[in-house]
Amino acid sequence: MSNSSLKQALKDLDTKKISIRELNQDYLKRIKEKENLNIFIHFSEENVLKQIDNLEKDNSTKKLKGIPIAIKDLFCTKSMPTTAASKILENFNPTYESFVTQKLLDEGSIFVGKTNLDEFAMGSATNTSFFGNTINPLSKENEPLAPGGSSGGSAAAVAADLCLGATGTDTGGSIRQPASFCGIVGIKPTYGLCSRWGIAAFASSLDQAGIFSHNVEDASILLQSIAGFDKRDSTSAKIDIPNYFENLDDDLNGKTVGIPKEYSIDGTPLEISQIWEDAIKVLEKKGVKIKNISLPHTKYALPTYYIIAPAEASSNLARYDGVKYGFRSEEIDSLDEMYENTRAQGFGREVKRRILIGTYVLSAGYYDAYYLKAQKVRKLIADDFNKAFKECDFIVTPTAPSAAFPLNEKQNDPIKMYLNDVFTVPASLAGLPGISIPFGKDKNNLPLGIQILGKHFDEQAVLNAALSLERSYE
Amino acid sequence: MKIDKNTINKIARLSRIKLDDKESEDYIKDLNSILDWVEQLNEVNTENVEPLSNISSSILPKREDVSKDTNSSDEILENAPDKLEGFFAVPKVVE
Repeated sequence: MSNSSLKQALKDLDTKKISIRELNQDYLKRIKEKENLNIFIHFSEENVLKQIDNLEKDNSTKKLKGIPIAIKDLFCTKSMPTTAASKILENFNPTYESFVTQKLLDEGSIFVGKTNLDEFAMGSATNTSFFGNTINPLSKENEPLAPGGSSGGSAAAVAADLCLGATGTDTGGSIRQPASFCGIVGIKPTYGLCSRWGIAAFASSLDQAGIFSHNVEDASILLQSIAGFDKRDSTSAKIDIPNYFENLDDDLNGKTVGIPKEYSIDGTPLEISQIWEDAIKVLEKKGVKIKNISLPHTKYALPTYYIIAPAEASSNLARYDGVKYGFRSEEIDSLDEMYENTRAQGFGREVKRRILIGTYVLSAGYYDAYYLKAQKVRKLIADDFNKAFKECDFIVTPTAPSAAFPLNEKQNDPIKMYLNDVFTVPASLAGLPGISIPFGKDKNNLPLGIQILGKHFDEQAVLNAALSLERSYE
Repeated sequence: MKIDKNTINKIARLSRIKLDDKESEDYIKDLNSILDWVEQLNEVNTENVEPLSNISSSILPKREDVSKDTNSSDEILENAPDKLEGFFAVPKVVE
């Protein structure tokens, strides 16, 4: 693996040390070598070569000109099919481009392919995909590991050095957890920073686009490129986007870090507690004040999430009815038969489970007891963070309760699978920005991740703290 | 048990998802265990707490109320499994 950085590649392209074609051919070669990892749902060498041809004819200066980027197959792209890893969107060719991918195209980046994910982003191991598991590139031979999920394909693509950055989406941890499992950087920005336009919706009050990269500097460059106001997303924030990269500053002297005691959870492996302590020690050495904080409703975040997210999903996924796009069942004696068979055959098990639970908690007689109750607890969780951020500049926690686990290990018990998101879901419910950076290894030499959370729209503080920790670790 | 055979059939019908008997059994089990687990929220006192439905801390901007033609029917119909003379086509609804 070359593990070169995007920043370095931009420099090499600028000084003509390497051409766009040479750079991308190097990546194309590796993509073909790593086909067995099942990272891409859609990959076409011809398509990549066409993009290279077009850029070579283009004389304008562009910020990401010629940079190979992988796109989670949840973003609508005009030049490639979009499946959301579901049979129900097999052969769907969007007639429009998502906001985020359009921004990346405008900056001259090259899309190497569409990456695998859990079906409709519902999962934590990229094992609910209709197109099969993705294998974590850090796996040893014959011991395939999960890359995490739902954006497991994008995380694996960066980790296997098949691109210089990738897009992901994070609803309850779907960027941060796979970043941790694959030993790379993953940032989920504040809810509203990046437009949701053109992203297949899962849970609209939580879905947020973000970035995977080899390092924090690259994350800041790419985040800059995909952020911004979009009138087609009613929750898109109309704020000025700072220059994250220019403003990077690893000097944390005088800052305060919050350490939430509720994130010490029984049963967390010792190695995870150890890297958390190590990170705190590093920060202390850098002149950061350590503040013990309390987020008292933390333990209720997961059950809250698993009411709200399925409820929103059941509503969002109502659109897949076999009429307008995608798969339609052959058994269509009546209109209702068509709907019921199309959805029965088109959706996978986990997606159906969430639609059913979501439909139940929204149904007459149960709405107040489940959905409304969850929205109220969500308010308390968000308030916990608001209070905590009066006393600290950022919060540091582990990203996930384990390193990458063997493929298929956690499939049978849904609740056990949901526990993967225990450290990432609270910030999602509160709409806060969070990053995961590699920090330490477990006994099997697999990477572990540290999560840094910030105030709404304070991505800069998150990136600065991440940079500082990254530099101390390298 | 909150979810029995009748309930799962009702939810499946509302969701327009056909379930076979084996699937119904599995989902009854899954949904009951998930609902038992989320029940812990009842420990939380939420009296006088406003439900949070939109987390966005920025003020959502208004826009001018003007119509705009962004899609053509050709584009919209491009991915339709079945279409007829500029319309989506579905099985016959009225005999």
